[in-house]
Amino acid sequence: MAIFERLERGPLSVGEIARELPVTRSAVSQHLKILKDVGLVASQRAANRQIYRIDADGVAGLRDYFDRFWQESLQAFKQAVEKSLKGKPR
Amino acid sequence: MNALATVPSVRHTIMVDAPREHAFEVFTRGLDTWWFRDHSIGKEPLKEAVMEPRAGGRVFERGIHGAECDWGRVLVWEPPVRLVVSWGIGGDWQFDPDLTHASEYEVRFVEETPTRTRVEFEHRHFERHGEAGRAIHDGVETGWPKLLAAYANAAKVA
Repeated sequence: MAIFERLERGPLSVGEIARELPVTRSAVSQHLKILKDVGLVASQRAANRQIYRIDADGVAGLRDYFDRFWQESLQAFKQAVEKSLKGKPR
Repeated sequence: MNALATVPSVRHTIMVDAPREHAFEVFTRGLDTWWFRDHSIGKEPLKEAVMEPRAGGRVFERGIHGAECDWGRVLVWEPPVRLVVSWGIGGDWQFDPDLTHASEYEVRFVEETPTRTRVEFEHRHFERHGEAGRAIHDGVETGWPKLLAAYANAAKVA
């Protein structure tokens, strides 16, 4: 999801994405391949590298994106609530 | 509402091992303690996610250099039971202050026991995001959920 959000700010190469995130280039490549397979991301060759961008039709996935987004966020919320209770017993 | 009102809501329910008041507190005033750092639309990297704890309060991000970028507004503030927040970020990932263009999420905190809370979450009215809403509707009809579910599964590894 972080990769998708990076691309929302503009087209990027694998290397540029990997520099901004705490993941390896190969992880970024793998992630991009999946995004491309489902049509959320498109790529084109520029000079000697692939540049990735959001596929305009991919906004069709907005609802599903939020489904995933909230699923992850609510898990993080749950952990934060329970952790904060342990830290500060009431 | 028009035919686009059929865009289905996103619903999730989770159980939290904490009293209801505390769960509400962490969801709202404690937003920053659980918000993913990369869930951000600002030009600057996110420093802090903020929910002003009152009806009409702003929900926004503050960047590392202090720039603020709105996400939505608190529409219903009923601690520790219910919260409704508008979501003004559509398919173009820009904030639109017009509430008629915003979707919204509702969070209900149901006391299961004094130390256990069921949190019911619904994000609804995606159709209000206009063109993006239309695209969502078409996408839902043509099988996007399956593709994205496959993506979500695969992406867990990446």
